[in-house]
Amino acid sequence: MRNKFTTLVSRAVPLPIENIDTDQIIPARFLKAVTREGFGENLFRDWRYDESGAPKADFVMNSPLYSGEILVAGKNFGCGSSREHAAWAIGGAGFRAVVSSFFADIFRNNALNNGLLPVTVSEKMLAQIFAAIDNDPAVEIKIDLMEQTIEIVGTDSKERFEITPYKKQCLMAGYDNVDYLVSIRGEIELFEHKKQKER
Amino acid sequence: MNTLFDKIWDAHTVKVLDGNSCVLYIDRQYIHEVTSPQAFAGLRSRGIDVFRLHQVTASPDHNIPTRNQHLPIRDTQSATQVATLERNCAENGITIFPINTKNNGIIHVIGPQTGLTQPGMTIVCGDSHTSTHGALGCVAFGIGTSEVEMALASQCILQAKPKSMRINVEGELKQGVCSKDIILHIIAKLGTGGGTGYFVEFAGSTIRSLSIEARMTICNMSIEMGARGGMIAPDQVTFDYLKDREFAPKGKEWDEAVARWSLLRSDDDAVFDKEVTIDAADIEPMITYGTNPGMGIAVSDVIPKADDGDVAAKTSHKKALAYMGFTEGEKMEGKRVDYVFVGSCTNGRIEDLRAFTQAVRGRKKAEGVTVWIVPGSKEVERMAIEEGLQEILREAGFELRQPGCSACLAMNEDKIPAGKYCIATSNRNFEGRQGQGARTMLAGPLVAAAAAVTGVVTDPRKL
Repeated sequence: MRNKFTTLVSRAVPLPIENIDTDQIIPARFLKAVTREGFGENLFRDWRYDESGAPKADFVMNSPLYSGEILVAGKNFGCGSSREHAAWAIGGAGFRAVVSSFFADIFRNNALNNGLLPVTVSEKMLAQIFAAIDNDPAVEIKIDLMEQTIEIVGTDSKERFEITPYKKQCLMAGYDNVDYLVSIRGEIELFEHKKQKER
Repeated sequence: MNTLFDKIWDAHTVKVLDGNSCVLYIDRQYIHEVTSPQAFAGLRSRGIDVFRLHQVTASPDHNIPTRNQHLPIRDTQSATQVATLERNCAENGITIFPINTKNNGIIHVIGPQTGLTQPGMTIVCGDSHTSTHGALGCVAFGIGTSEVEMALASQCILQAKPKSMRINVEGELKQGVCSKDIILHIIAKLGTGGGTGYFVEFAGSTIRSLSIEARMTICNMSIEMGARGGMIAPDQVTFDYLKDREFAPKGKEWDEAVARWSLLRSDDDAVFDKEVTIDAADIEPMITYGTNPGMGIAVSDVIPKADDGDVAAKTSHKKALAYMGFTEGEKMEGKRVDYVFVGSCTNGRIEDLRAFTQAVRGRKKAEGVTVWIVPGSKEVERMAIEEGLQEILREAGFELRQPGCSACLAMNEDKIPAGKYCIATSNRNFEGRQGQGARTMLAGPLVAAAAAVTGVVTDPRKL
């Protein structure tokens, strides 16, 4: 069982850069662990810390202005490798949702499989969110998974987002795909027999 | 009126959950040491076994050193990951090809090479370059660790069916142009997100004329335009490649398999969600100048200006050039090269090593350039030695190392130092990919060879 996701109201951390790849999210040299824990501290490692390990003042996560459980990023977020460590790192750093106008496929699946909600918004909405945070870093974003809506609190900027009914149900119930697939092993076995016969 | 992709995907769909999420049956699962330990830990904590252990094959590749493989791995974390893979395989009865043994190598090189990868299969691995196997006519794609666990637990994963795209490459390639140039050209045209949401079939006369290894280079990098995977319909070239390989069917079973595989093609009236046609004559030897694989140009071209209209794109372009230490409008030719890396699941196969060796034969390594030639597998290494490539390379001042993923993602010792320029035949030029601060220029083996003997970015046709 994972944490259930229903509604989230939070400030947001803005990262208005396009094509943020998984090597930036979590560099390969931090992939050597054999557990899922501890990746959060190395999230955006080389953007966040200098070579001596000191925080870089100009990076958003190090700025006292920004905080929150929502990460907002430019389009094509999470491109590159299939490393689920990227989703673990973002979740491990305390984020529960990532907002962008476009997500790379594998990252999107990995996020969903870890209770981290990827919210795809229009280019216009993304620009509005960036502008709102720029104007007031304390502005809150509300994500309602049941209604499938995202809004900038206190404004008319509101939009519906897409998610498949199955994934939505999984997130809302904190349900796990492995449990489900194991529960249908019988059906899978029948499928194997059928496939064998058709050859 | 079905596409090849539809045919294979639909034949492997056990059930559809909500009109979109498919329970997809997986014929072959490959695993390596980086993305599998948490999946095995998950199985253990649930108290479940591996469902179909004979359909799973493992090879350590990401962390392994490319020198002195007979010695224990020095980096303790790397050693732990490899040992964990070995233990997980032993406990669950899964076949593993250990370091420094006959079948070891980069998982995407050894799958086809051993004949484990076959047309019509569904194949997954916790690695985005699983798309490589599509060159043999399979639906193969990368997955995350949760999905690795799903596949181990049930031989199935849950995935939405992607849309379909066909990229036709037609006509004859210019001299000095190789398959790496084709795919870098395509990604430069479509962009790093141009294939997102799609599964790509590569077709056309140019693709048909390529060897299986050259086709692998193309399918390998389909992920770099965001595509779920890439594939090429199997043909006689495919069957000739697979025949007599260790795990390929034999005798009567082989004949039956070829009869079955011969039917694997998109119907003439198949409709794709998107179709793109590329003229082979437009493709030049390519190189990247930026920090994503879509930032590629002809070697003889100048670095383009950013699109003025798009603020975000302009910011990203500027950031990339600042990282690379390049300026808009500069020529790529003549730029200093400090390192050359030949290897990876993109261009670490024997044909790549042959092409590189042929190009440097009789010349000498340029002074000041460090060159790492890393075979994609133990078998590629063996062939390179047997065919005399190692000797020719040695005479020219180059060293043939031992197989592994190496400097493609620099998880082992093979890291490019900060600020240094590397021409790499691998697949990603992201910031820090080859080491913190490393500056990567992606290219094919011929451009790499030209740089290795001149010390600067050089059009291989001018060598």
